[in-house]
Amino acid sequence: MPRKIYLDFAATTPIDPRVKRSMEPFFSKKFGNTMSLHSFGQEAKEALEEAREIVADFMGAKPGEVIFTSSATEANNFALKGIAFANKDRGNHIIISSIEHPCVMESAKWLESQGFEITKLKVNRQGIVDLKELEKSIKKETILVSIMHANNEIGTIEPIEKISKIIKTQNSKLKTQIYFHTDAAQTFGKIPVNVQRLGVDLMTVSAHKMYGPKGVGALYIKEGTKITPLLHGGGHEMGFRSSTVNVPGIVGFAKACQIAQKEMEKEAKKLKKLKEKLIKGVLSKVKDSHLVGSLKNSLPNIANFWFEGVEGESIVIQLDLLGIAVSTGSACSSEKLQASHVLLACGLKPWQAHGSLRVSLGRWTKESDIDYFLKVLPQVIENLRKISPFKKTWKK
Amino acid sequence: MEKIGLYTKKVIEHFKNPHNMGRIKNPDGVGKVGNIVCGDVMWLYIKIGKDKKGREIIKDIKFETYGCVAAISTSSIITDLAKGKTIEEALKIDKKEIVKALGGLPPLKLHCSVLATDALYEAIYDYLKKKKRKIPEKLEKIHQRIEKEEKLIEEKYKDWLKLENEIRSKTRH
Repeated sequence: MPRKIYLDFAATTPIDPRVKRSMEPFFSKKFGNTMSLHSFGQEAKEALEEAREIVADFMGAKPGEVIFTSSATEANNFALKGIAFANKDRGNHIIISSIEHPCVMESAKWLESQGFEITKLKVNRQGIVDLKELEKSIKKETILVSIMHANNEIGTIEPIEKISKIIKTQNSKLKTQIYFHTDAAQTFGKIPVNVQRLGVDLMTVSAHKMYGPKGVGALYIKEGTKITPLLHGGGHEMGFRSSTVNVPGIVGFAKACQIAQKEMEKEAKKLKKLKEKLIKGVLSKVKDSHLVGSLKNSLPNIANFWFEGVEGESIVIQLDLLGIAVSTGSACSSEKLQASHVLLACGLKPWQAHGSLRVSLGRWTKESDIDYFLKVLPQVIENLRKISPFKKTWKK
Repeated sequence: MEKIGLYTKKVIEHFKNPHNMGRIKNPDGVGKVGNIVCGDVMWLYIKIGKDKKGREIIKDIKFETYGCVAAISTSSIITDLAKGKTIEEALKIDKKEIVKALGGLPPLKLHCSVLATDALYEAIYDYLKKKKRKIPEKLEKIHQRIEKEEKLIEEKYKDWLKLENEIRSKTRH
């Protein structure tokens, strides 16, 4: 077997063995429906509420403010559509950034078709939203601002606290209540995420990005927020999300939070060092390579590059054949043929964006993995450049 | 056919070790298709010779491609398919033949096979035009479609393409 190296942790992570162990009893033994009155049901209900407390505590929320969902995509859909429809009597204007995850972009696009007005904020070269534009964009009809905590393709961390302050100032100025939502799927469990400190009203998190199981996410909804559910039915999740509850998944999510709470700081330090090594290595070993995004305001585990004269998918498959898993932009967009909307928004030209590669590190990344990656990458790029008609480099 | 991830083994073989890769010095015809804005660019060079019967054949053919796995492997396979063929025969190579020779392509990548045949047709068109020969009606139609598509993209991405032209002129031989 050739060596296999996974450097795509931003797409998804393996389940931590400790998380898996915590989930096991809830498949066949403690399998009850949380809505059942008997002991099986109540046992499951107890586990659910305990998990809710743990997840809430980890994000600085009250347990009653955490609604479990099936994914971050569902949570983002819930936040946007739920706020839009519950508050449409006050206004129809929603502000997002131009580098949101497709599930926010597409939800906003759909809302546009339902009569809502969407403003997409520009970002700078590093991918940071334009705060002045935000301030100017807010008006009386604005009901929601949704800006991601960190971008999934380039790792840039947005100034959420500053954005929150701007919104609060506008709220008192315009005597209105603009809700602020952030998609924290990439940051939760990686860097400190606290709803109080961030000053958000709604926040999306995901389990499978932080060594928990797939199929579990959550939406933090600040007490008193006016929101309408997406799923109607038996009244699970305090009436905010009907559906039989995924107890094993949620128990696993809670365990993943507990592990992150203890190990996150040390892990981030380790990953930051590895990422620095990776960036230095790529930029020095591969001619005409560029870093995308910010060095300073960036997640410790995501780096994005683009290489002149070669196309991203070809790089990914060449590396895959050598046992290394990385991706072009986000995993979700790799089947589309357009260049990444995130990279284009950061000012990259289409042919630059087509040559992009995302490398994301995680809990089990070793220094030797980075060494191996740096050993094989220059040859891969060189081989593809030999095939390419664009032999000479070009400047921006 | 056996698959390696998204692609068939055959596609990956051509991707890993492309056949007839590179440039021909003083080519008799060049076909440049695709667009860097869309992420695929294919340049095909042909050299025309004669077979024993005195018929004109594609004596040599080479390609340079910027693009995804499918773009590179379709470029490689079309050079295999066209090499040694008469011009008439080469003009009969269609996208179906390419897809078949590769053991299939993912549906989203089928357009790459069109790009490859377009590149070949354009190279032949270029040759016939230079020689002031009569262009077959079918080829003329194809050429017009390709030109039209290029124009549409050019209009859509005016500013970006200015830069591409600079690159093209820099790398022109």
